[in-house]
Amino acid sequence: MIVSFELNGKEVHIETAPDRRAIDLLREDLGLTGTKESCGNGDCGACSILVDDKVRLSCLTLAAQLQGRKVVTIEGVCMETDGLHPLQESFVESGALQCGYCTPGMIIAIIDLLNSNPNPSRNEIREAISGNLCRCGAYQKILDAVEKVVRDRIERKS
Amino acid sequence: MSHVLVPTTLEELWTFMAENPDAMIYAGGTDLLVKIRSCAVTTDCLICMERLNELKGVRVEAGEIIIGALTTHREMLDSPIVQRDLPLLYNALKNLGSPPIRNMGTLGGNIVTASPAGDTLPPLYISNAHLEIRSRNSSRRVPIESFILGPGRVDMRPGEILSQVVINKNTRFMVHHYEKVGRRSALACSVVSMAALMNISEDNTISEIRLAWGSVGPTVMRFRDIETFLVGRTLTVRGIEDAIRKVQQSVMPIDDVRASAAYRREVAGRLMLRLTGYASSR
Ligand SMILES: Cc1cc2nc3c(=O)[nH]c(=O)nc-3n(C[C@H](O)[C@H](O)[C@H](O)COP(=O)(O)OP(=O)(O)OC[C@H]3O[C@@H](n4cnc5c(N)ncnc54)[C@H](O)[C@@H]3O)c2cc1C
Ligand code: FES
Ligand code: FES
Repeated sequence: MIVSFELNGKEVHIETAPDRRAIDLLREDLGLTGTKESCGNGDCGACSILVDDKVRLSCLTLAAQLQGRKVVTIEGVCMETDGLHPLQESFVESGALQCGYCTPGMIIAIIDLLNSNPNPSRNEIREAISGNLCRCGAYQKILDAVEKVVRDRIERKS
Repeated sequence: MSHVLVPTTLEELWTFMAENPDAMIYAGGTDLLVKIRSCAVTTDCLICMERLNELKGVRVEAGEIIIGALTTHREMLDSPIVQRDLPLLYNALKNLGSPPIRNMGTLGGNIVTASPAGDTLPPLYISNAHLEIRSRNSSRRVPIESFILGPGRVDMRPGEILSQVVINKNTRFMVHHYEKVGRRSALACSVVSMAALMNISEDNTISEIRLAWGSVGPTVMRFRDIETFLVGRTLTVRGIEDAIRKVQQSVMPIDDVRASAAYRREVAGRLMLRLTGYASSR
């Protein structure tokens, strides 16, 4: 089948098997390797993408389900910013990663959180990334990095 | 390779199902696609129901709360009706999976999967939920207790789907308690879970109680005789200790990778101790 959807702001039409997993379509057919696969079972969150602005696991989504949807991957999160997305900047500054394998999924999960809750508490941030595993154990720094972005935004507004 | 059909109306769904009698249907895919990935099941044709808006959403009709089977866990948590009128289900949903699993997984999928660990099931059992089962030409209503037959087994025939869940408000209860014991709080399948609805009199005796346990038997377990036994007892450790022992004798847990049967039996009873925390200290 030909699947057509919006990917990081651009229309995509691609010939694929309808049961191809979204993660394979993105990484192997479209060359967007920022989205990672680790467990392939829904347990780790490394493969998170935004579909119609909500976080979804691309390892448990089939190509046919993307038809007509709006998809954003880690490559697209800075579409509207000059340079990196503030969350990406903050991760770098705070050292919120070691190997970085979980980072794309973490950032996608946090973007979904901040869309519905612009001023989350540390616990709410924890809850929002509870589906994302970090083998390196960078959790505390990740929370610091998100808190910093939240604080900066609020300061800029006032 | 399998075909994947994505109907957008019920009419289209019935047609796809009739044309592909061996197709497997799914909603969020958080159970089925995991099984397909591990080759536990195979199929030539999948029908994804996630765009059937007719079967989504929470509404009140003639005093009953109706939840479309394709409503996701997140949509239920965001629903003011669930927040206000179904606090027990709300408490259970907060514990289910993780944010992406709650964005994808649906109430219908949780019920039809019929896992003894399914987090929405104990609340639905003690809320006396009914399920509407539909096919192209028929519709029937069954209590959840008779729909779920065993682990992964439900009373649904070919051509039928679960269309909606009908629940009465449970706000007349003072206590809406859900607790899940697992290895960690997110993403972990429960080792034991317990749901409770309870009313307490001024003298701290139990005036009404309903209890259900997950992961300690082939399906959710509810013991009406123990509920009756508890009525009139004081809500203290001493007051409920006999009932705790009865629960430990009645549950039918198994040993598996997550915990031993003996541990589950012990914990199933002891989870009731939490209820004493709701006694007032007047
Ligand atoms: C990482 C992970 C963590 C999880 N954690 C939990 C947890 O903590 N608690 C918990 O209870 N569950 C958990 N689950 C299991 C699962 O997410 C839930 O059971 C979810 O509610 C299933 O819904 P779904 O729509 O994704 O089901 P699907 O996979 O789409 O469907 C499951 C089954 O139900 C059938 N089905 C679905 N909808 C209907 C319908 N309307 N009519 C007829 N048949 C239907 C399908 O044919 C299929 O056989 C977890 C799963 C994963 C992958
Ligand atoms: S790869 Fe998708 S959740 Fe782990
Ligand atoms: S930084 Fe290595 S997995 Fe998180």
